[in-house]
Amino acid sequence: MKIAVLSGKGGTGKTFVSVNLAVAVQSATYIDCDVEEPNGNLFLKPENVTVTTVHTLLPDFDADKCNGCRKCVDFCRFNALAFIKGKPKVFPEVCHSCGGCVLVCPVGAVTEHGHPVGRIENGAYGDISVVTGVLNLGEASAVPVIRAALADGLTGKRHSIIDCPPGSGCPVLESVSVSDYCVLVAEPTAFGLHNLQMVVEMVKMLNKPCGIVNNKMEDPYEPLEDYCRQSGIPVLCRIPYSETLATLNAAAQIAYEHDESSRTLFDTLLRRVEAEVKP
Amino acid sequence: MKKLLILSGKGGTGKTTTAAAFIGFAKAEAFADCDVDAPNLHLVIQMDSEPEQTAYYGSQKAMIQPEKCAGCGLCASACRFHAIRLEAGRYAVNEYACEGCGVCAHVCPQQAVTLEDDIAGTQTLYRGNRVFSTATLRMGRGNSGKLVTAVKTALTEAAPDKDLVIIDGSPGIGCPVIASISGVDLVLIVAEPSLSGISDMKRILKTAAILGTRAVVCVNKADVSLGNTEAIEQFCEAHDIPFVGRIPYDHQASVAINAGVSLADVPCPARDALQKVYAETMKQLQGGVA
Repeated sequence: MKIAVLSGKGGTGKTFVSVNLAVAVQSATYIDCDVEEPNGNLFLKPENVTVTTVHTLLPDFDADKCNGCRKCVDFCRFNALAFIKGKPKVFPEVCHSCGGCVLVCPVGAVTEHGHPVGRIENGAYGDISVVTGVLNLGEASAVPVIRAALADGLTGKRHSIIDCPPGSGCPVLESVSVSDYCVLVAEPTAFGLHNLQMVVEMVKMLNKPCGIVNNKMEDPYEPLEDYCRQSGIPVLCRIPYSETLATLNAAAQIAYEHDESSRTLFDTLLRRVEAEVKP
Repeated sequence: MKKLLILSGKGGTGKTTTAAAFIGFAKAEAFADCDVDAPNLHLVIQMDSEPEQTAYYGSQKAMIQPEKCAGCGLCASACRFHAIRLEAGRYAVNEYACEGCGVCAHVCPQQAVTLEDDIAGTQTLYRGNRVFSTATLRMGRGNSGKLVTAVKTALTEAAPDKDLVIIDGSPGIGCPVIASISGVDLVLIVAEPSLSGISDMKRILKTAAILGTRAVVCVNKADVSLGNTEAIEQFCEAHDIPFVGRIPYDHQASVAINAGVSLADVPCPARDALQKVYAETMKQLQGGVA
């Protein structure tokens, strides 16, 4: 089963929940799709890491073949091509690698080359396969790296845990789309609730079953409690705010391995998720 | 006009709380929320005026007219975004995956594909003495960078002559962040004293450097790990990045959020620390070259 962990708001504890859930599963694949700021590997410290580069395609123009017809420039809907001194020039940062310029060129002057945008690190922590997508600095689009991380994450282990990026845009949708179940990590603030509602809308649109983890509970935040009751989405567990957890997290220590109550909590969460998915 | 952008790399470090406090301290008259994926600044800023809302059009989306489609599948094999699937014997476009490049329309021998306008979000603008520009991206949509640019443009058009602009940014280092950094005078990074927070801070600092924009750093929830806070200060010193202060963990920060007010209006230790961070940041913003 593929379990996506998402939250809308950043910093609610997606990586905390994902890592500890993976450790509770034991034979799991942990896939870090927060490729802009991947952190799971700081906790899992994978060994025997192999690295593969993720490329997107960028066009090259053969100046000898180009007849200056501008069809490629006119076709490009992303304004990634400009006609300068009689020849087309690409602006890599806005190119979507759609391949349209290659298709429309009547004289075969356009070819493509791979442009590195990130990497996938494959390693292991015990019986956990750790797959980390890392976007190169200065690159805008996370989606190709996420796609590559998800493709590498099909390892046949008991469960895959997909640690999603924050927000509710295309990188999150890409990360969630392959999942069987979504764990939504909320925090008891007006910000946490507002962004939870945004991701609930997304998982409902995708018809994914989901449940909520209320993290960092100090005082219950009544509007969040009301929302959980009224939406009918099950609250899978409540994790109290504790200095112990904050300290372990700051040091990138796995709570499951250092804190008895966390072990119980994540074992229970795992059983709950497994039960939710079975018909 | 000086533009200050608040970023963090890692999510949930306190960008919006910091932005709302700065807006309060500065009595700022122009501000924007560029976290279009998960905007929250409007929840803690009270505005007097009624907002103007406008639809934001992103990339067009392909549509296949089923009566013209001959089922050849050329579109599906040409699409680099895996956005065209065979569904019940017919080819159909997945609007969430479609990037609107037009390749499918180009290769279709039946002219069965059209490209249609698509509302990718909503822009909201409050005018008056205080101008506030914000937006919400429609879920799952791309184009967040373009929407960020539109939010900033709307602000500068509605408030062309304000001395100070405060912009709340989004987490990460990708598309919306790169768009938000463009044209600002200074980036304030709100870091968190965890190993994750340090790793993410380094990535956003490098991103700002690649884009040639000055950055300063503060640490929120500093007392959660004084060791990591110390490490962040040392890193900043070693890299000539101004360090503008520490903010303690304070439960009043969530109390303020849940009451819908800026932390500038709630007397507490975090507020006092933020006021010092604000003063230091303003010195850096006015100071020009680092």
